[in-house]
Amino acid sequence: MPQIELRNIERVFTLGDSEVHALRTLDLTVAAGEYIAIMGPSGSGKSTLLNLLGLLDRPNSGAYLLEGRDVTTLTAEEQARVRRERIGFVFQSFHLVPRLTAAENVALPMMLAGIPHGERSRRVAQALKDYGLASRADHRPDQLSGGQRQRVAIARATIMHPAMILADEPTGNLDRATGEDVMALLEGLNAGGVTLIVVTHDAALGNRARRRVAMEDGRKVEDR
Amino acid sequence: MIWSDAIRLALRAITAHRLRSFLTLLGIAVGVAAVILLTSIGEGIHQFVLAEFSQFGTNVIGIAPGKTKTGGAPPSGIPTSVRPLTLDDARALERVAHVTAVTPVIWGNSEVEANGRLRRTTIYGVNAAMVKVFTLRVKSGQFLPAGEDESARGFVVLGAKLKNELFGPENPLGARLRIGSLQFRVVGVLETKGQFLGIDLDDTAYVPAARALELYNREGLAEIDVSYEEGVPAGRVAEALKAVLKARHGREDFTVTTQEDMLRTLSKILDILTAAVGALGGISLLVGGVGIVTIMTIAVTERTNEIGLLKALGAPSRTILGIFLGEAVVLAAVGGLAGLTLGVGIARLASFLVPALPVHTPWSFVVLAEFVAIVIGLAAGVLPARRAALLDAVEALRAE
Repeated sequence: MPQIELRNIERVFTLGDSEVHALRTLDLTVAAGEYIAIMGPSGSGKSTLLNLLGLLDRPNSGAYLLEGRDVTTLTAEEQARVRRERIGFVFQSFHLVPRLTAAENVALPMMLAGIPHGERSRRVAQALKDYGLASRADHRPDQLSGGQRQRVAIARATIMHPAMILADEPTGNLDRATGEDVMALLEGLNAGGVTLIVVTHDAALGNRARRRVAMEDGRKVEDR
Repeated sequence: MIWSDAIRLALRAITAHRLRSFLTLLGIAVGVAAVILLTSIGEGIHQFVLAEFSQFGTNVIGIAPGKTKTGGAPPSGIPTSVRPLTLDDARALERVAHVTAVTPVIWGNSEVEANGRLRRTTIYGVNAAMVKVFTLRVKSGQFLPAGEDESARGFVVLGAKLKNELFGPENPLGARLRIGSLQFRVVGVLETKGQFLGIDLDDTAYVPAARALELYNREGLAEIDVSYEEGVPAGRVAEALKAVLKARHGREDFTVTTQEDMLRTLSKILDILTAAVGALGGISLLVGGVGIVTIMTIAVTERTNEIGLLKALGAPSRTILGIFLGEAVVLAAVGGLAGLTLGVGIARLASFLVPALPVHTPWSFVVLAEFVAIVIGLAAGVLPARRAALLDAVEALRAE
């Protein structure tokens, strides 16, 4: 059973009077533990695809089977639960909560899941140590460097032990050396068995992945 | 999500904007303080007025001659007759169950002459039970002697002010005193009782009822006042009194008024007064609520990104609704507590600086005011929180 199976997905946005086909008749199958780069110019539909995979968006037609279960028909609440337990997000602009410390940002998914305080602080401390952030636990995001911020975001994305990590231009706001560190970190997680899907328009970044999906005008034009 | 975590998150969001949060909760605080202060004064006046009215004891029933009613005129032109209330009537009422004391009352205004001074004052014709019915206290000497009804001797008891006016610091006991055309001898002086509805209760002289009837040339009493045992329903005693008087007069040609009824009506009026001033304070509380709506709307706009993130991290709409509602409620609750401290503090200060101002803050008002503040916070938070919960995750994440 593939981890992800997209069948004939259509996503249409209505902008004023005109309809924009963000995704057309898209099929995609991903096995557990794969490392995929989704590439393409802006407007090619790669971000829409990532949002669909992350259950932040619903297709107009087609089926999305996650671990064998059709998740497009789930209620909003059930989808939230799937996001909480199976999916980790890494964003280009980090999306850390500015008034919370690094430790609190990492703890946020566990807080939302209702995990008690004791277990939470134990797991946060371990995660911060693993990502080399132990000395930065009580710093707020504006006191951290870009690389440190993205490491906090990755720690947050993995704290619930998700089955897959969806990264949208994870190095887009970082310099080359820091970006290299962040990618190494994500690839290390992939080596540990987590499915890694990276959206990028950077060819160098895309070439690191074992499988590359190229998008154009909402269509998959290349998959190898 | 665990409750304590939601509250902690709310507190973090509130303390992140200290000045803004302070100003917002100040709005609620001023509202709650106004409500507490105004209702405290209202309640203080309530208690003050009731205390004034019940200083004679609350278990008093008054009986006046004549029945207040309108009927058809008798056909033959014979005038209707009302039998006057007599001293015998008063004596008969003493035997009614639960009655503790009965005093006849006649009042008038006369010139009093003693010690070479003359003063016009209120004269009450009563009997020995007067002290018991209206809880009067004798300062020196004694009150009118008991058991002398018709044959009462010409004794008089003076109110504190009248004694001072006529005798100054001298001891008046045993002194002779002329009221109208009758001679009296002073047997006692009462303690100060104060003013009541513009009547100076200390500027009075109490003489036996029989002598007052003679003085004013009347055949009937102005009133009979009855006190009854504490805890017995006023209605029951009133019915028993009515039955006795009806048997004596052959019909109900008198009116019975219980003080309990009067006090209950008065208390109701004062409750409405307190509620009205409380509502006035409530307006400022409402304005404070609008402040919360404003600040929460701004917060939702500012934190659109964060809302998108929370959704991506798997927070259901319900949780996001809870987080923002929680913030509004915490703002209102903290504002409410500050307002309570402020309001109660000012009330205490006022009663300390102006002891004459009656101020009383019942605990029920404090709890109610805080509860109202929380409800206002909840109501103010609903709109912004709903907006946050219904945001589209993708749009919210993309927002700048």
